[in-house]
Amino acid sequence: MTPAIAGGKMDTPKQAGSFEETSLIQQPDWVLPDRGRVGVLCLIVTEFALFSIFVVAYIFYIGKSLTGPTPSQVLELPIWATICLLSSSITVAIAERALKANQIQRFKLWTGATILLGLEFLRNTAVEWRHLIHDFHLTITTNLFGTTFYSLVGLHASHVVIGLSLLLLTFILGLRGSMQGQSRRFELLSWYWHFVDGVWVAVFTVVYVIGR
Amino acid sequence: MAATTHIVGLGEAEGVSVPSKLHDWLVTVDHKRLGILYIGTALFFFGVAGILAALMRWQLAYPNSTFLTPEVFNRLFTMHGTTMVFLVGMPFFAGLANYLTPLMIGSRDMAFPRLNAFGYWIFLMGGILLYFSYIAGEGLAGHGTAPDVGWFAYAPLTERAFSRGTSTDYWILSIMLTGIGTTASALNVVVTVISMRCKGMTLARMPLFVWLMLVVSSMVLFILPPLTAAQIMLLLDRYLGAHFFDTQAGGSAILWQHFFWLFGHPEVYVLMLPGFACANEIIPVFSRKPMFGRAAMIGATIAIGMVSSGVWAHHMFTVGMSASSNIYFAVASMVVGIPTGIKIFNWLGTMYGGKIRFDTPMLFCIAFLFQFLIAGLTGVMLAVAPFDWQVTDSYFVVAHFHYVLLGGLLFTLFGAVYYWFPKATGKMLNETLGKWHFWLLVIGFHLTFDTLHFAGILGMPRRIYTYAPGRGWETLNLISSIGVIFQAAGVACLVWNILRTLRKGEPAGNDPWDGWTLEWATTSPPPEYNFAALPEVRSSRPLWDLKHPEDPDWRYE
Repeated sequence: MTPAIAGGKMDTPKQAGSFEETSLIQQPDWVLPDRGRVGVLCLIVTEFALFSIFVVAYIFYIGKSLTGPTPSQVLELPIWATICLLSSSITVAIAERALKANQIQRFKLWTGATILLGLEFLRNTAVEWRHLIHDFHLTITTNLFGTTFYSLVGLHASHVVIGLSLLLLTFILGLRGSMQGQSRRFELLSWYWHFVDGVWVAVFTVVYVIGR
Repeated sequence: MAATTHIVGLGEAEGVSVPSKLHDWLVTVDHKRLGILYIGTALFFFGVAGILAALMRWQLAYPNSTFLTPEVFNRLFTMHGTTMVFLVGMPFFAGLANYLTPLMIGSRDMAFPRLNAFGYWIFLMGGILLYFSYIAGEGLAGHGTAPDVGWFAYAPLTERAFSRGTSTDYWILSIMLTGIGTTASALNVVVTVISMRCKGMTLARMPLFVWLMLVVSSMVLFILPPLTAAQIMLLLDRYLGAHFFDTQAGGSAILWQHFFWLFGHPEVYVLMLPGFACANEIIPVFSRKPMFGRAAMIGATIAIGMVSSGVWAHHMFTVGMSASSNIYFAVASMVVGIPTGIKIFNWLGTMYGGKIRFDTPMLFCIAFLFQFLIAGLTGVMLAVAPFDWQVTDSYFVVAHFHYVLLGGLLFTLFGAVYYWFPKATGKMLNETLGKWHFWLLVIGFHLTFDTLHFAGILGMPRRIYTYAPGRGWETLNLISSIGVIFQAAGVACLVWNILRTLRKGEPAGNDPWDGWTLEWATTSPPPEYNFAALPEVRSSRPLWDLKHPEDPDWRYE
């Protein structure tokens, strides 16, 4: 018996392979997908499934509220917030390239810009919610619109908060000079951030366009 | 095998003190230890849920029984179902996948060992929380202790107005925690299979066990979120006064059912496919033939995974869906029978003409084939909507899914325990006790569940805590309850066998069954790093190639 599972790829084996014989055959490089990338993709898939259920619930309950206020009475298109969040996808991509090219100053600049854009998005959500709660008395208990609106938009906002916390962490690590050579990890974080932005496109469409 | 004797036990330290050993288990990130923890926990909860079931069968053994109160009975069937699905079936899947996947694909560990440990401990936390409700679930005095809302916890009945106290919250939170653990573990399996295969282990050469675990884990990523989302909605309803399932505010009374079964039906296959995975390894080895129709098997598995995600509302034929919905879900449910039939055909094809060895693992798999076939046939009957209207929520349904999960899944899992126990511990389980276990379980299983089909057709509803005499159910129920004694005796044989073998079992050697997959190429138990030198494979049966250099598989693949 051979000491290890032996083998090389032979398309036309002439005789039975033994360890000595087959190990001489040139084996093409064995490269599999990066585990971090596959892992983050899986996470995004499962988060996607979670969001779709909340989106389905939102669509299912459009127009089913028994009392007001209704979306058309109170919701305004969050154009500025959307511009902020979507452009943060661009800034995070620039930051990622900068880190890959080992330009730490540029990385810090663009990560900082991403964080500011994300914070501005959250500030807009806060202002919107204050407006709805304070001026229109729409809370999660008011009607089905309130229930589905706050849970869907809130679920998205909580994901923005998670993404921002991680971005802030990389920013601080960048300030302390420990982000060199971490471009692969930052790339994974940027994927998550792109996903959060992508979900906003769906939320925007469903809540502010279709549902209004 | 002589092949790997030089890597014996470098990771093992002899004569280490008990607290230090315990500490090692607590902080471990080794996939094999976590796998054993998962399976050990699953077996423990299996015992607990089995005791709950035995209490219920005792109560139902004769009419007008007053052994249990209705409230206690409701808690028992809720806890039994919830435990068996989330604390037995799921960890068994996670444990088998954890222990065997890296070994079978020639890797040193899972892709994310620490995430793996996190998954186990958060799952265990969920399990403990569920049972903690017996102590702390009182909430408001007189509102019950453990959850009593059924394993599917239908809203709006689980809304605050109808389910007071905190017992339902224990159900929601504990299941959510186990869900996080299972998701972590499933993600880990997918990444491990995609990114950690040894040289030459192409998807086409991957063992069928690993293929099925890949499919199951991918399914978990898609199907657990609907449950988690619905549970978040229910919590929002219960604690923040939201109206997702509140019919008085215009909410839907069946939305929960859709979300739950969108998870719940694929979940049945998530539970069942690991059983198929074990049968896929055991049946060929004990028939001394490679798997018949390997590619068809993989295709059938993927087909089951996809089709089963679109059939959920066959659990809802009686809630009053439209006729077209009923027709769609009835036909789609029957379609699941096609890939499942392919699988049974392939297992039979593997056995046909083989030199079958009737060791305990194979016995369990053969019984599985017969019992799962019957379970599938009653499944096709229940997929016929008008028939379902007649027997829905009756003991016919109870008998059907116990045939699937006990006669199908549990038998293969027991087969797997006998098959891989020598690998995990280095000791052979006793064959005589194994045969006793098998036959007692077969007899007990058929006494208990064959009879319940008839009780169901005679109109006995599920979840009733007692019944009046004179409806023709007495004898059937008594026989069914007597069967529990045989089943318990069978499981006792297994427990005794395990304890006895751990103390003074015969050494197994590295490859006691003359297997063909990579886990048999290393020592029993495998060292912490699994393989001293990472293997390279050239066919789907790498150990066959190694043992038969004159006639290796790769010539034909």
